[in-house]
Amino acid sequence: MNEPARVQKDFSNAPLCLSGKGVTKIFGFGDKKTVAVDHVDFEFHEGEFVSIVGESGSGKTTLSKMLLGLSNATEGEIFFQGKPRDIGSGHKKKEYWKGIQAIFQDPFSSFNTFQKIDTVLLDCINMRGGKGLSKEEKFNMMSEACHFVNLEFKELTNKYPFELSGGQMQRLMIARIFLLKPKILLADEPTSMVDACSRATILDMLLNLRDEIGMTVIFITHDIGLAYYISDTVYIMEHGKFVEYGKADEVILNPHAPYTKRLISDVPKIHEEWDLSTVDLKAE
Amino acid sequence: MKNTIKQVFHSPKFVGGFVIFVAILLTMIIYPLFNPGNPLQQVSVGTFARPGTYVSLYDATKATSNTLRLPDADEKRVAASLSAEDRVAMVEYFTTMGIDISELDTEDTDALLQMWDDNYDPSVRPKGMTSAKVNYYKRLNTSLQDLKSGDTLVIAEEVDGELVESKKITTTDYVRTGAVANVKTLPLGTDNFGRDVLKELVSATGTSILIGLIAGVVATLIGLTFGLLAGYVGGFLDDFIMFITNIFTVIPGFVLLILITYSIGQEQRGAAVVATVIGLTGWTWTARSVRSQVISLRNRDHVNLSKLSGHSLIRIILTDILPYIASYVVMAFILQVSSGILAEAQLSMLGLGPQTTKVPTLGLMMNWAMLYSAHTNGSWWAYFPVILVITLISFSLNLMNTGLDQVFNPTLRD
Ligand SMILES: Nc1ncnc2c1ncn2[C@@H]1O[C@H](COP(=O)(O)OP(=O)(O)OP(=O)(O)O)[C@@H](O)[C@H]1O
Ligand SMILES: [Mg+2]
Repeated sequence: MNEPARVQKDFSNAPLCLSGKGVTKIFGFGDKKTVAVDHVDFEFHEGEFVSIVGESGSGKTTLSKMLLGLSNATEGEIFFQGKPRDIGSGHKKKEYWKGIQAIFQDPFSSFNTFQKIDTVLLDCINMRGGKGLSKEEKFNMMSEACHFVNLEFKELTNKYPFELSGGQMQRLMIARIFLLKPKILLADEPTSMVDACSRATILDMLLNLRDEIGMTVIFITHDIGLAYYISDTVYIMEHGKFVEYGKADEVILNPHAPYTKRLISDVPKIHEEWDLSTVDLKAE
Repeated sequence: MKNTIKQVFHSPKFVGGFVIFVAILLTMIIYPLFNPGNPLQQVSVGTFARPGTYVSLYDATKATSNTLRLPDADEKRVAASLSAEDRVAMVEYFTTMGIDISELDTEDTDALLQMWDDNYDPSVRPKGMTSAKVNYYKRLNTSLQDLKSGDTLVIAEEVDGELVESKKITTTDYVRTGAVANVKTLPLGTDNFGRDVLKELVSATGTSILIGLIAGVVATLIGLTFGLLAGYVGGFLDDFIMFITNIFTVIPGFVLLILITYSIGQEQRGAAVVATVIGLTGWTWTARSVRSQVISLRNRDHVNLSKLSGHSLIRIILTDILPYIASYVVMAFILQVSSGILAEAQLSMLGLGPQTTKVPTLGLMMNWAMLYSAHTNGSWWAYFPVILVITLISFSLNLMNTGLDQVFNPTLRD
């Protein structure tokens, strides 16, 4: 980990896309109170590739649900394109959702088990104004999207989600993004079940989309190495708080917070030899 | 979907209930084909004719007869006309006369008559016996002798004000039932109005199941709509719907049912109206449980994905929520049908059932049997088959439900 793998742009002057002040989410009350997200401030810019890194239970998914407008913040305010976000009515919500898309953490629960997977992809084409296209054109678009994530649409068509593997489902969710090309993408560990080879293509696709259409990617992961490799900006989350954030190389090559240091030290280093001398083999 | 149905039909409980229910339905459809006509027609004059085959006495005398000599015919005839009181009176006579009856079986007509012939002496007047009793024994003796001698009956027709002998009937004359023009089998006899109970029962079962279905559809539709809206939309709508639901829950459903049906009045109270009212008072628990299921579903990611895909509220409810609770709704519906049938029976027994002159229902049949004290005068056929049918229907529906429950909730499988 000597040099950053890619050039990281400076986004501090780019237009704001999503930002937040004191955003908090509390579940339950009394003895069962959980502060899942605790007064966080953030600024995500258009075209920025942001990673949110944190351990399990640190509040990443909860924050992403609030950003998506799928759950309300208990406290604080979220800004959309610099202005307070207003998604009070059903109509406004629908408008907001036109520009924001997500890949949910658990692919198994992301599909309606009663619908064939074709429906999911067809919905995307229809959403992008492809309703009037011929069957063949639609088929080609779906095939292309599937091809991109290393899937064969011919093998998947007319299947139900439970007939797919976890990795196949996850890749199908990413194929959706390829068809939709949204302005903002919230990807919650989108490649957790995908093999390393496909992962590289998929991450490349996300980066390409960012370059092509200026898509903002908010990438949630607990893999700080991956975050360093692909993102412009990194937010480190611990117990619902952002303990450190900034440009990826600044944060990861020169961490200040002890939590960040720990996260970095926990990454297994393939190229270093295992130092067996520190392991006491006789220990019980 | 196909798989689920296959699984359902592999559940022995469901299949058991299903077979019973289908058998009841088939009977309802097929029986009227063999026995057509108005089920409310009065066939017997007088109440509660016993179940059995009725042979027209008039037609029987007209039919050509054969002579059969059956060895036990006389004995049977005497036994049939010797009433239980007569038997007791005879034993009483023997005891007053000081005869040893320890060996005697009062049901053995032959032995009883033998002992009577051996011991009865019209000239002896036992000590302390009233003269009325003495006369009674004399009459009993005469009729016993007549029975044994088997007198020939003479059928006479009236011609110009005079009786003219037209036929003689002896104890050995037999008529084939097939040769008699009018023979009627009433397998379950007649009820207090003289109606054929079986025919009425078949028709009533149909009406009651229909009432159950209407009540079930009404209750399930209301409960489902309210539950879906309250659970999915939440907020004010949820509070409002739950408020109404709570009001309906606090007032016991049956009391409400009684009040509403009472206020409707006898004339307007057709079977369909009663069924609708039953449905209107029975939706609360469907609404409650649908709501709680929807609440656990509405934050699932597939619903979130549907929202992000720009689907409308209606579409999300119909495609992303409803299929997940469909099995549950089917089960709730089956229970509603079953409780609708029972509610009709209860209402009718209170005299608040559907109008009595149009259609019979199981509840009305119970009501009539009760009003005419069928249970105290031993006319079991007027109420027992009704109870049996109600029990069978509700047993089969509940069995189907348990079967479905085990298929849909694998933790319940035994
Ligand atoms: N619906 C909920 N009700 C109550 N508590 C919740 C709910 N959702 C999340 N939490 C709690 O909030 C905290 C943060 O959860 P969250 O799912 O955001 O973690 P995460 O960072 O996404 O973890 P992971 O990496 O395991 O996905 C956890 O302690 C969790 O128990
Ligand atoms: Mg998570």
